[in-house]
Amino acid sequence: MSRQTLKKEPFNLIISGVGGQGNVLLSAFVGEALVNEGFMISVADTFGVSQRGGSVTSHIKISKKTLYSSVTLKGKADVILGMEPVETLRSLVEFGNPDVFVIVNPRPVYPSGGVAYPDLDEVKKSIVKLSSQTKFVSATEEALKMGNPIYANIILLGSLVGAGILPISKESMMPILEEHFPGKMLDTNIEAFNKGMELAGH
Amino acid sequence: MSSIAMNKPGTTVLLMGNEAVARGAIEAGIGVAAAYPGSPSSEVLPAIAGVAKEMNIHAEWSVNEKVATEVAAGASFAGIRSFVVMKQNGVNVAVDFIVNLNMTGIGEGGMVIFVADDPGGMTSSNEEDSRTITKWLDNPLLEPSSAQEAKEMTKWAYELSEAVNLLTFVRGVTRISYTKSNVVLGELPERREKKAYFPELWDMYNPKKSKFTSGPFPIYHKPLHEKLEKAREIFETSTFNRYRGPENPDVLVITCGACTSYCTEAVDELRAGDRVGVLKLGTTWPLPEKLVAKHLSTTKKVLFVEEMDPFVEQSVMELAASLLPTTCDLTFYGARSGHLTPYNEQSTNLVINALMDILGTTYQPRDLTYDREAKEAIKIVPNRPINMCPGCSHRATFWAVKKALQLDGRKGFLCGDIGCYSMGFAGPGFFQSRTMHAMGSGTGVANGLGNLKHFGFDQPVLAITGDSTFFHATMPALVNGVYNNSNFILLIVDNSATAMTGFQPHPGTGQLATGEQATVVDMEGLCRAIGAEVKVCDPFDLDNATATLLGMMQQDAGVRVIIMRHMCQLVKDKRKIPRKYKMHVDSEKCLADTCGCDMLCTRLFGCPGLMVDRETGKASIDEALCVGCGLCTDICPANAIIREEAIG
Repeated sequence: MSRQTLKKEPFNLIISGVGGQGNVLLSAFVGEALVNEGFMISVADTFGVSQRGGSVTSHIKISKKTLYSSVTLKGKADVILGMEPVETLRSLVEFGNPDVFVIVNPRPVYPSGGVAYPDLDEVKKSIVKLSSQTKFVSATEEALKMGNPIYANIILLGSLVGAGILPISKESMMPILEEHFPGKMLDTNIEAFNKGMELAGH
Repeated sequence: MSSIAMNKPGTTVLLMGNEAVARGAIEAGIGVAAAYPGSPSSEVLPAIAGVAKEMNIHAEWSVNEKVATEVAAGASFAGIRSFVVMKQNGVNVAVDFIVNLNMTGIGEGGMVIFVADDPGGMTSSNEEDSRTITKWLDNPLLEPSSAQEAKEMTKWAYELSEAVNLLTFVRGVTRISYTKSNVVLGELPERREKKAYFPELWDMYNPKKSKFTSGPFPIYHKPLHEKLEKAREIFETSTFNRYRGPENPDVLVITCGACTSYCTEAVDELRAGDRVGVLKLGTTWPLPEKLVAKHLSTTKKVLFVEEMDPFVEQSVMELAASLLPTTCDLTFYGARSGHLTPYNEQSTNLVINALMDILGTTYQPRDLTYDREAKEAIKIVPNRPINMCPGCSHRATFWAVKKALQLDGRKGFLCGDIGCYSMGFAGPGFFQSRTMHAMGSGTGVANGLGNLKHFGFDQPVLAITGDSTFFHATMPALVNGVYNNSNFILLIVDNSATAMTGFQPHPGTGQLATGEQATVVDMEGLCRAIGAEVKVCDPFDLDNATATLLGMMQQDAGVRVIIMRHMCQLVKDKRKIPRKYKMHVDSEKCLADTCGCDMLCTRLFGCPGLMVDRETGKASIDEALCVGCGLCTDICPANAIIREEAIG
């Protein structure tokens, strides 16, 4: 049983993005940290065809006492980590409520097949309107500065931990990063993680 | 993750349902595991293969599910516990063998199939319910409700299988297979010293002695039903069946599998724990009738909640009919009453809706003003169509197909198949595939279409198949076409992986499930030996691929094979193969709306690495997504997309 407290039972985290952005890796990292902290969790990732450029959503239900089903009930998200603005809004529409906390990477991933992307400012405005608190974290821009857009997800992980809304700390995340990233990759990913924490105002 | 073979009983780890199933099989002491990849089951075999050496297990990717089941049966006959893994479609492939296996019974070693169904068809070509098949096959069936239970059931299924001498099914669904959650590990078995040995018993007229041939059939069919009755007796006291709720509930919910937590959550959410009881069945076929009858006698209203077909619903209603008149005042709710649907996925919210109607209560999940604003916001959220990855070789193949068919001009068409290239029926494949059914069926259907000359049929017929699909089910259709003198072209899109399900190796890749080296089955030589004319192209050499295909189409006789060979971009990424080109758009040359191409690159060609610059309206490259394959240079009519050799 964890010593950490939960603000709500269960506490619902949603990670939304587009296939290829790496949210499955993110949800696995967060999940592992939570299990190590003694929580009971269910993590559901949408897989398969959605991997190829479609919407991908990971649901993480966190509890101190029991295992819940993996999918969030409508209107019951507590935190949404958005890797892409339109996907963040899509999750808010279905799972949002006046108390939801949102961290969002404002860099769009444009849909293919000639589907138009809405006005970004309008999307951002809607996100702010439908959240109790919104943190914009320019993860892709920061990752490109580091030389590869692939680091965006670890930057966002840093922001999620840095925002202090989940019962996990940098200390609980580090062993997981160490296990997953060998050698030089570890240093760059820790750098990305720290950048994310800093951007979240930690 | 390394925790699959961790010998620390009692430790809690985070496991995906599929990994938990693998762990259960390992804890049961399996000696052989065989599978064909298919989401949502694809991760089970790799988890076992990863520890195969240390656990002394033979783990293989078999060429298809029937062969996988036969491989496992061989092990069972020789006394070794064996395991087979497949998705729902795979059961159809394996069924012909299983019907006969049930006539003879398995060997001394227990034999279990884990099948992952896909309600909603999120990763499938259908949403078939495999439970109905296990029922008409006469095999016992277990349905886990969590990753933990998936592990326990898989392990226990071996005890059951050996107790009743029957192949036993464990049926999961996508939400079980792909949900990661806390799993407490059990003990690992001692390394086996048992010698595999094929028994020498044989007496055709004695079903207890004859192994492993069947017939006369009525003699062998009777004990099969007796075995199933024995399983039913065992199920009556199984701890996988549980009840939570009041002694006499207003509503009794009967549920199983992934729906179990939807039901308990719905009851909690509606604060109806004093009115609604949940009977969760883990052993769903044969139905533990005494247990269910006992619960039916405690209530007047029964709601069935299960994924897909009304399987438990029908079994229980059949039981209720046999118990008349004691059950005459029961009302049943479920798929039949329309309270839930026998298609698509169930959810807590759907169970809440059904219970609200039956209980006459209300439920408001969130603030109404917020709800209105959210519904307003959805209007600006576009759908995100699925696509092939940036740099995907299938995009190049479909472009070549489209061009060759246009140039040929005889209204030729492509018969599709199962894999990433299934997207050929939609925008990503330029709507070129006009049929799509089962593995290998594109080639089978092309066989039929290619033999209609007598009826004035004169359209060129193309079929497409992936490299893994080719070995799974296309080969017999190709032999059939050559033998029966059909007229079609088979395109084998060889991208060196079973890409759709996670890049598993297959007979053409030279690699085993365990990562060890394998004999390469020469696809090209095989096709030639069958008697087809064979050509090999790189689809990224677009002009050559198009011209070769067109030339073959105009031969208009016999079975011709064109292998479109180019490695999957994601496999290239994994192997860190550097990108070929650095791409940019010459904004002087891109004429945008005034070109007349109608933004061919983003609208039709549709690679995710291409986008429209919002300010200029011209094409541009998305640096975050482009992999530098260079293909779009060849399709731009204004020559505005520039590829330069990438340095380093």
